[in-house]
Amino acid sequence: MSPTADPEVILEARDLSREFDGVVALDRFSFKLKRGEVLGLLGANGAGKTTSMNMLLGLTTPSSGSIHAFGRDFFKNRVELLKRMNFSSAYTSLPGNLLVWQNLLVFAKIYGVPDHKKKITELLELFEISDLRQRVTGQLSAGESTRLNLCKALLNDPELLLLDEPTASLDPDIADKVRKTIRRVQSERQISILYTSHNMRDIEEVCDRVIFLHKGKVVTEGTASEIVAKSQQSSLEDVFIKIARSGDIVE
Amino acid sequence: MNFRIISALVLRYIFLYTRTPMRLVELVFWPVVDLMVWGNLTMFLQENTSAQFAHYLLFLIGGMILWDVLFRAQQGVAISFLEDVWTRNLLNVFVAPVRTVEYVTATFVIGFLRICVTVLVLSVLAFVGYHFNVFSLKWSLIPFFVNLMIFGWSLGMISTALILRWGQAAESLAWAIPFFIQPLVAVFYPVAKLPIWLQGIALALPATHIFEGMRDVLNPVIGHASWKHLGMAAGLNVVFMALAAWIFASTLRATRRKGLLTKFATQ
Ligand SMILES: Nc1ncnc2c1ncn2[C@@H]1O[C@H](COP(=O)(O)OP(=O)(O)OP(=O)(O)O)[C@@H](O)[C@H]1O
Ligand SMILES: [Mg+2]
Repeated sequence: MSPTADPEVILEARDLSREFDGVVALDRFSFKLKRGEVLGLLGANGAGKTTSMNMLLGLTTPSSGSIHAFGRDFFKNRVELLKRMNFSSAYTSLPGNLLVWQNLLVFAKIYGVPDHKKKITELLELFEISDLRQRVTGQLSAGESTRLNLCKALLNDPELLLLDEPTASLDPDIADKVRKTIRRVQSERQISILYTSHNMRDIEEVCDRVIFLHKGKVVTEGTASEIVAKSQQSSLEDVFIKIARSGDIVE
Repeated sequence: MNFRIISALVLRYIFLYTRTPMRLVELVFWPVVDLMVWGNLTMFLQENTSAQFAHYLLFLIGGMILWDVLFRAQQGVAISFLEDVWTRNLLNVFVAPVRTVEYVTATFVIGFLRICVTVLVLSVLAFVGYHFNVFSLKWSLIPFFVNLMIFGWSLGMISTALILRWGQAAESLAWAIPFFIQPLVAVFYPVAKLPIWLQGIALALPATHIFEGMRDVLNPVIGHASWKHLGMAAGLNVVFMALAAWIFASTLRATRRKGLLTKFATQ
């Protein structure tokens, strides 16, 4: 299977399926992510969002289906392609016993960031955590550590960014700032982002397009407003609840 | 292999050890305790035996120091990996452009650095306290250290594979692995003292040949190591390293297939 020849397609999944001991976590999931596009993955707990991300990062092998990133087979060129990607989630952390700058330095070196001192300073400023530079990573609050994870994720100027609930532990004020920062950096550098969140405000503000998953299957996709209109609900949150409870957007 | 990546991974441990001096204490504490036990035992035995055999008794200290090389190498590899598990950092490393061989090599380097610290401390203490000059074993001892370290690395990789496969439940097992083989590899007594059927197994392990060789060096009658021991150790090491690499690689593949990598990386 050859991927779409379109160079504007940064990430393409075809018929991605995954089952765990007979339980289907993801069922023939296909999508394309274009250059500079932010695609939101939505769905109830257990819908298959993290499973998709893990496969797209090479952490979990799909039961079947293919993934192409930058037009190349992901599993055959994993290490090469990972150089152009990055990942962040509120549920992972950087080594707690190191200082903030030490962690960023280690990852800057791993990714081969050219002027790493400057880059680290820039990113800390971007997420307004410059004052945490000398702090012990393990002592950061959840929200601080989330922002540190995002700094790590931008170290290598990724062209493709996978964010699994990146704002899960942020207070409304910081969440708002982080959303705007992500959006700004994204549009400046034309980064393609795959984004999951349970916060509908996040999705509406950050994502250009949304895919709803339910029990591993795609239920609907489109822009947030298209989906709200199509389902005759009053908000994306209502659509979410509708899908989570009935598995579909219409009766 | 990319040396920048390996050095970045090693840098992380250097930060870790300089930030938490307790780690250094751990590196030194048990070896010193061991040395005192075996050193005093040796002195006691030496005072109560013929002059000829007394010198030979130094093999107890020699065995202890060399055993520590193997044990530290194994631990260095396993701990480096566990450190990533404990700090929930494993995902960050696995989604970075790090090849498995680079990751593993970094753990080897850390195993090596840990040995350097331990051996240095032990050598000084053994010399000051018990007049055991490690270098009286001559430079011919260096290949012995190297071979033990490589065997320790192989055991470390196997321990890591066990943890990958069975999660943190296998941690204590991973700790115990070197001690399973300790009675077999004839650290403190000649292989000939083992039951015949165990001797075959013992001789299939690289470390056995090293400890046999060490006793030859310290034996006033022989006084030097035979190349045969060293050759056997090196050859078996190649086999064990290949086996360990295969076990590790296939475990990692199975972990990805089962989706377990992310499970215990985020727990
Ligand atoms: N390693 C695994 N072994 C067994 N089942 C798994 C494994 N990983 C995921 N699953 C199952 O696959 C399904 C999808 O899980 P996934 O983590 O992708 O959901 P999610 O959409 O990210 O949910 P959440 O919103 O709660 O994060 C769930 O039923 C989950 O229990
Ligand atoms: Mg999830």
